[in-house]
Amino acid sequence: MTQSLPDRTVPVALAPAAGAALSPAADEVRPRQNRPSRRRRVEQGFVLAALVVFAVIFAYPFVWLVSASFKPRGEVFDNKLIPDTFTVENYVRVWQEAPLALWLLNTLIVTVLAAVTVTISSAMVAWGFAYFRFRGRGVLFGLVLASMMLPGAVTMIPTFLIWNALGQIGTLTPMWAQNLFASAFYVFLIRQFMLGLPRELFDAARVDGASQWGLFWRIVLPLSKPAIAVTLVFEVQAVWTDLMRALIYLRDASTFTIPRGLKSLVDSFGFGGEWHWEIIITASVIATVPMILIFFLGQRQIIRGVGAGALKG
Amino acid sequence: MVAAAASAVAPDASRERSRRRARRRYVRSALLFLSPWIVGFLVFTAWPLIYSAYLSFTDYDVINDPEFVGTANYTRLFEDPKIALALGNTVIFTLLQVPLYVLVSLALALLLDRAGRSAGFFRTVFFLPKMTPPVAVGVLFLLLFNGQSGLINTVLGWFGIDGPAWTTDPAWVKPGLVLMSLWTVGASIIILLAALQSVPIELYESARIDGAGFWRQSLSVTLPMISPALFFIVVVNTIGGLQTFDEAYTAFFGSGNTTYSNDAALFYVIYLFQQAFEFLNMGYASAMAWVLFAVIMAITAVQLAVSRKLVYYEAEDPR
Repeated sequence: MTQSLPDRTVPVALAPAAGAALSPAADEVRPRQNRPSRRRRVEQGFVLAALVVFAVIFAYPFVWLVSASFKPRGEVFDNKLIPDTFTVENYVRVWQEAPLALWLLNTLIVTVLAAVTVTISSAMVAWGFAYFRFRGRGVLFGLVLASMMLPGAVTMIPTFLIWNALGQIGTLTPMWAQNLFASAFYVFLIRQFMLGLPRELFDAARVDGASQWGLFWRIVLPLSKPAIAVTLVFEVQAVWTDLMRALIYLRDASTFTIPRGLKSLVDSFGFGGEWHWEIIITASVIATVPMILIFFLGQRQIIRGVGAGALKG
Repeated sequence: MVAAAASAVAPDASRERSRRRARRRYVRSALLFLSPWIVGFLVFTAWPLIYSAYLSFTDYDVINDPEFVGTANYTRLFEDPKIALALGNTVIFTLLQVPLYVLVSLALALLLDRAGRSAGFFRTVFFLPKMTPPVAVGVLFLLLFNGQSGLINTVLGWFGIDGPAWTTDPAWVKPGLVLMSLWTVGASIIILLAALQSVPIELYESARIDGAGFWRQSLSVTLPMISPALFFIVVVNTIGGLQTFDEAYTAFFGSGNTTYSNDAALFYVIYLFQQAFEFLNMGYASAMAWVLFAVIMAITAVQLAVSRKLVYYEAEDPR
């Protein structure tokens, strides 16, 4: 059955040959000569040396930030990676000065709600465009593409007025609820991926009596895992770091998310008077670490999904 | 005779009816799947567009009703010196940032593509900064680019270079922010790497058989094959660059800020945000938003036109 399918209907990420080139392990799968030539080894050495230099440049600010968070106030600017005096006092003080646990919790709530709702709704819409044939489909999808180009600044003010009319300013709702209605970018991304899935499979499932919803929920969604994972990770990243929306909608420190809270610390411990860098630095570290963990958990899927869906033509 | 004709038509008509019913059910399912986007588009895109266009012709402070002022907001745009300043800052920043960003991400992606087993580790390292909240990146900018004690100038000092006052000298604020933004090229690297790795190996093989060396292969195979990804990155970054906000706002604006001269970091969206939510000039800010929209559309249109000549697309999938 599978063998009789024409090649192009096999989704990129599921077809062993093409999929291998896109998977995180691609480098290992690529054919290599058993005995690399001398020229090849010289080239490898050069590539590795260059990568190491860049990796140090990229990792350094981050490592430096973490190290500075363990330095006492006066030594923050000494540019040493190993603190002369190691202290956790900054972490204690940050915890006293700001409700960081609450901010982390707020961010977590908003992020989970936003990522889950946008993923499910965008996948539904993507499926609507990928599978169904009906008049006006092209026009509607054109609108999806066009709305991807729309700068956020244009809709920002009326959207604020909507939430204001609904009495939601100062609550966490505007931070995520719009995601219930899908997002053009993810619709595009997931649809691209779904177009690569074997249509024959879905027609067969329909003939076997699956409902449209059952087909979507039990067959399409599981098959679309790479695209779903990319959407989740991208949205988690976007929401976790979203400053502007938080500046617009959140008023009280008890509802702040991490970026908004961090900004308030920069204002009060920086612009407000003498810069207390140690507080700002330590809070930045606390705000960043959870994201790094999420990336480590999700990165295999991100790479695969980006390769499989986003940029084919 | 009549009866015979009727009985001959009847089964056909009922089949036609049931087919039509099935078709209706099919369209209804399609609409059900599309409904989240349709509702969202109407409420959060279409209506805001229309309302924002209307607001741009009014004076509106949220508390009182909008008051129609004709094209006053648009004529005011031309007289407001801060508009010219913010627009200039934004364009300069974008012009500096996009080419550098694309070059750096392409260089790193090419290196990663040839890195063999260790690519996964390096890719993770390059992506990490993207996971740092922009607010923290803004903080890092102030620290690393500090004129006296920042790391950047310390390193430049090793080579006998007297680094500029990045965070306070208006001439160096934007270049500094551009350099800082290069730190977050991670997502572009991943997109380019995926494009590089999906170039069929046979293409390189046949190019080699035809006698093409490394540079010839890069120019004739690699670049055309990844040009859609490159184009995507250029467009997305241009649009993003024109809407720069988070890092610059964190580092140079906010309540109680008196330390820095922030004119050099006044980007268009920062000024728009201030007008809308700090001074509550919603009408004026809406006019500003429409001007930005027009600028972005114009630039994207130019990029699309140029891309027709430069971007290679494989034959479209028949579906």
